[in-house]
Amino acid sequence: MNAKNDTVILHTRVVRYAHWCWALGVIILIGSGWQIYNQEPLFGFGFPSWLTIGLGSWEGAERVHNDIGLAGALLWHFAAMWLLFISLVVYVIYGFASGHFRRHFTPIWPRQILSDITDFLRGRLDHRLGTRNAVQKLLYTGAVLLMILMVWSGLVLWKPVQFEEIGVPLGDYEGARYIHFFGMTGIVLFIIVHIALTALVPKVLPPMITGKAPRSAVAPEALEQQS
Amino acid sequence: MTIEKQLRDGGLSKSDVANLQRRVFLKRGLSLSALTLLSGCDITNTGPVDGLLRLISRMNDGVQATLFRSHKLARTFPESMVAKEFRFNAQYGADRIPIINPATWRLELTGAIADKRPWTLEQLQAMPQSSYVARHVCVEGWSMIGKWGGVPLRALLEKVGADTRAKYVMFRCEDPINYSSSIDMASALHPQTILCLTYADRPIEPKFGAPMRLKMTTKLGFKQPKFITSIHVTNDYPGGYWEDLGYNWFGGV
Repeated sequence: MNAKNDTVILHTRVVRYAHWCWALGVIILIGSGWQIYNQEPLFGFGFPSWLTIGLGSWEGAERVHNDIGLAGALLWHFAAMWLLFISLVVYVIYGFASGHFRRHFTPIWPRQILSDITDFLRGRLDHRLGTRNAVQKLLYTGAVLLMILMVWSGLVLWKPVQFEEIGVPLGDYEGARYIHFFGMTGIVLFIIVHIALTALVPKVLPPMITGKAPRSAVAPEALEQQS
Repeated sequence: MTIEKQLRDGGLSKSDVANLQRRVFLKRGLSLSALTLLSGCDITNTGPVDGLLRLISRMNDGVQATLFRSHKLARTFPESMVAKEFRFNAQYGADRIPIINPATWRLELTGAIADKRPWTLEQLQAMPQSSYVARHVCVEGWSMIGKWGGVPLRALLEKVGADTRAKYVMFRCEDPINYSSSIDMASALHPQTILCLTYADRPIEPKFGAPMRLKMTTKLGFKQPKFITSIHVTNDYPGGYWEDLGYNWFGGV
């Protein structure tokens, strides 16, 4: 057996590029979004400025933009939106066309989710590379759907007149403000769980960077899917 | 607008004070920002990153011009939804709102316009008027429904022989900060773009730009200047007060 056969491709190029585009794009969008939120909070709180992106510095924002951070945050937000939008469109088309969604995201049965959660809590849920348990399928499907919801509500906020038709199901401009906020909240929760689980099972990280994993570490049923 | 400026300018309402308290809270949080790289380097406000972001913003102008549909009217609402007390929003305090004498007010016309004779308020009032109840969206995030009436900008531009193939229409204002803004010609010719003379069927108040402001449904609030005293038609990018400070120029909704 030669060295080449000792590794298998676990994540295709499209999946890896999309993943890291989202990692970068979503963090910029959340950070700048919090700064935009602070200008006109929907609820009785603001985000700490040091957690936001786009203010730069208080003095810099005033000197350059004559404001308290809105212009910088908007510049970041409407630049990073392209990173999310383009990578998401490419990924969703790829997901359907290549069978990636069918193979890895379905089926999701409620009973399977419950038993996986029970196993996880008992410390018995084993993560084998190349497979996704029902909870993972649910989380990743949810994360992709949340990103689609963010693009959707974001388009309504950006263009409430030109995209008026797609804004109706979201409650128009004002409804979309709340949906955009709660969608962000969902994505933040996902990121926390996602990073925590990666920290618990660090072996899943290298394949998302290189795409490759040692053949011996990959679950047999995942190897069959490769062919 | 900074807290210092607001205090100096005076004229604070109750909601302004709440706003100030919020901003003081945010500013406190900011002192921690010295610790973080993004804030410490100030890359947002100066240098190549700022240049790249502004370049993308200019590209977004082009995307928005493509998305703009010249015959798409913004949704209108029943009169019962018109806000009685509209929100006052300006870069200066209520005490610096200019009071312009409507009798001596003139609208200057410059640039690619055949008949550059200035207009009086009576002349504008004598033109066919149009009004609508629509949503006003501010770049800060808030929105309000109001009823605005006045002269369609298209009607004025055609009457004075403006070159409607020119790219930009620029507005200059007689206010404490020499405000200005500019819009693309396609948006200027949109049916809901009006030289606004009334709010809720009454002459607009000084704090909303009396005697004449721009009102349109297809752009954000800062693209709709108040206290307009001059209209300029041009092919050279004119920018504007906020646009020059880094806000997206097209500002479409």
